Amino acid sequence: MTPAIELIGIDKRFGEVHANNNVTLSIAQGSIHGIIGENGAGKSTLMSILFGFYAADKGEIKVRGEPVKIRSSSDAIALGIGMVHQHFMLVDPFTVLENVVLGAEGGALIGPALDKARAELNRLSHEYELDVDPDAIVGELPVGLQQRVEILKALFKGAEVLILDEPTGVLTPDEADHLFRILATLRDQGKTVIFITHKLREIMAITDHVAVMRRGELVADFETAKTNVEDLAEAMVGRRVLLRVEKGPSQPGEVVLEVKNVSWADRIGVARVDNVSFNVRKGEIVGIAGVSGNGQSELLDVIAGITRPKSGDVIFEGKGVGQLADPQYLRREGLAHVPEDRQHRGLITSFDASESGILGWHFEESLGRGFKLDRAKVIARGAEEMAQFDVRPANPLLKSAKFSGGNQQKLILAREIGSNPDLLIVGQPTRGVDIGAIEFIHRRLIELRDQGKAILLVSVELDEIRSLSDRILVMFAGRVMGERPGTADERELGLLMAGVSKDAA
Amino acid sequence: MAARGDLPAWVDIGVIPLLNLTIALVVAGLVVVIIGENPFQALSIMLNGALGSLKGWSYMTYYATNFIFTGLAVAVAFHAGLFNIGGEGQAYVAGLGAAMAGLGLEFLPWWLVIPSAIIASAAFGAFWAWVPGYLQAKRGSHIVITTIMFNFIALSLMSYLINHVFRPLGKMSVESRAIDAGYIPSFRELGRMIGITAPNTPLNPVIFLALMSAFGVWYLLWRTKLGYEIRTVGANMDAAVYAGIRPQRIIMITMAISGGLAGLLAANEVLSAQHRLVLEYVQGAGFVGIAVALMGRNHPFGIILAAMLFGMLYQGGTELSFERPLISRDMIVVIQGLVILFMGALEQAFRPALLRYFARAGD
Repeated sequence: MTPAIELIGIDKRFGEVHANNNVTLSIAQGSIHGIIGENGAGKSTLMSILFGFYAADKGEIKVRGEPVKIRSSSDAIALGIGMVHQHFMLVDPFTVLENVVLGAEGGALIGPALDKARAELNRLSHEYELDVDPDAIVGELPVGLQQRVEILKALFKGAEVLILDEPTGVLTPDEADHLFRILATLRDQGKTVIFITHKLREIMAITDHVAVMRRGELVADFETAKTNVEDLAEAMVGRRVLLRVEKGPSQPGEVVLEVKNVSWADRIGVARVDNVSFNVRKGEIVGIAGVSGNGQSELLDVIAGITRPKSGDVIFEGKGVGQLADPQYLRREGLAHVPEDRQHRGLITSFDASESGILGWHFEESLGRGFKLDRAKVIARGAEEMAQFDVRPANPLLKSAKFSGGNQQKLILAREIGSNPDLLIVGQPTRGVDIGAIEFIHRRLIELRDQGKAILLVSVELDEIRSLSDRILVMFAGRVMGERPGTADERELGLLMAGVSKDAA
Repeated sequence: MAARGDLPAWVDIGVIPLLNLTIALVVAGLVVVIIGENPFQALSIMLNGALGSLKGWSYMTYYATNFIFTGLAVAVAFHAGLFNIGGEGQAYVAGLGAAMAGLGLEFLPWWLVIPSAIIASAAFGAFWAWVPGYLQAKRGSHIVITTIMFNFIALSLMSYLINHVFRPLGKMSVESRAIDAGYIPSFRELGRMIGITAPNTPLNPVIFLALMSAFGVWYLLWRTKLGYEIRTVGANMDAAVYAGIRPQRIIMITMAISGGLAGLLAANEVLSAQHRLVLEYVQGAGFVGIAVALMGRNHPFGIILAAMLFGMLYQGGTELSFERPLISRDMIVVIQGLVILFMGALEQAFRPALLRYFARAGD
């Protein structure tokens, strides 16, 4: 049978970066083909070329055996290729129906198109288990359903090949399972699915074939059934990696951080953090699990002194600091904070690395007396941080934006851990970080714990929470649904993440 | 995985401004052709008027003094992510401080009056910029809008004060009486004291204050903790908040510094060149500062160069309007506007082409 898509010798450079190096890949009709690789391995570039966002410097694309030129996304759509982006391209105030019709209005009047779309939407919903209310406002739908709208949009436009870019990042385990069922149905009906991810487990769970990319090259193309997680990881990184962190039992000491009945409401008065209480002790890692957007970020901000809680208090080493809302005071007292959003908060992309390396600590006298900031000392500090955490390239004068995600994160960790804190609060420590760096970061966090420091970890990666935490709290809709030991199984945590609590019943 | 790369620094700070300037000059040349004059002759008269004699150089540097102050004012604010369009009004109100101290402290010796008057200039300018800063920080009123508005308020306020308070009874021209004790003599007058003949221009020691200010701004931004905080707020507000920097405070401080720099223009004009407070004495130098800062890439060193360039255009333009009455001095305003257009609004116009060129050259 002719393959649905053939990419032959695709080559693409961005300046000095060889994003795709002579990539040849064939994707069989009616299959789910995974593409896996670290960040910057070239997966997204390859798919962007297929979807017409970039033009390849060299190479050929064939769709169902026919050589084609794809110059724009509309060319791609006309060839029956649809894409579901990591960040949804939906108009929030519009209804599902209006979003689906977007770009296929077909005339000055919207009425006929909407009627046609409604019928088609009903058919698709039944065929593929894609139930969504066509008249619901998209902005009010949960993320999992918004994703379904994206899939419907692509199918409505006649997609035979569906590209999904990191689709599970925003989903609960349950929603992810549902997505996998939908994808399986699509495949069984003869559609072709290309599934981009960096999560090995998902590849094993859903795909028929898996292509591994590393540094712009396609290094392996396996039949999923004939491979395993370890081999995939090795192909991705280019060496054997430890997927499990080794750690001994924790020896918790005295309480360092106590969060007492903390609530926080956003500008329109919705409680984003709702009466949360817990503590963190010396020598332990407390993990906060939960689907992104359930109040974890806001809770971290309150603890870090960035926002003031509406009620309740944060007690850090015996002092009530919640109402102070003064991050610099907290840093002086021994709190370090690795923010969730590294690009927008953790460092300043336009500053050189050494300047990013003092962000939040620039007030220290060791960097210059009084009002002065001693450039030589700033650079020396940057160089030291880079050496400590093996940041590459180890050039403190290089712009922060020029480092890979993993190295940026290592720089931030070096800065925060380097301050020798009593408490480290860390959000999404390995988001967008390649596997090799993940291993390194996890080991460092465990080391810090074993030195008797307290760590509060927030992550949406359940695997990460489970492998690092000594105790796990699960947040849902601003509340702590329950506390479980670090050994809790995934199903149980998944239920709590979805808001189902045995404790409450 | 952005497709855009970076240009080499010398292209970014050298080639792009020059390219933009050249195109602004070419378009201005077309305007000259439309008027019916020869653009090449016009250019040669301009260059000769500014660079052909010591007097020309001296005038050019005198103009540049003003532009350094207003350019630095725009640049400091820019580094905090603020677009201060109010340099004109801040410099104008600063004249009030200069005149009040210069005229009101006459009983003191000159070496006390001059520093006080300079400080008063900076303080009045600082206040006039701090208010929009406060409104931005605490009320969320956009700084661009408020600083523009404040130019008009300054205009009305100063017209009233100069007309009704400062103008001596019976005098026809709208200006204060001469400032004597606080007067900063020009280089020509200083030279005469020691027997050197300097060209007859208003150039005076305030140029050194301008150069010192440029150094001061560089030091502040890149060698102090406050400067680090200013740049952090300008580069990334969220990161600043994360770092425990209070953006509201930084916005107000930065605007005050910015206004203070614009205010120092009063030292050059009110305390020296005019040695009195004259109606609308700023004459657009506040706006030129925007072009100067854009052209100088918001770096003090670049600003000095750009200020000299604009000083040259001003001096050359004056000569040109003498020699070719068809071309008025407003031609300079046209060039200035074109430079702002090409440097500011169309700054990215040549970037993609240059990026492609250098990407190819790199292979």
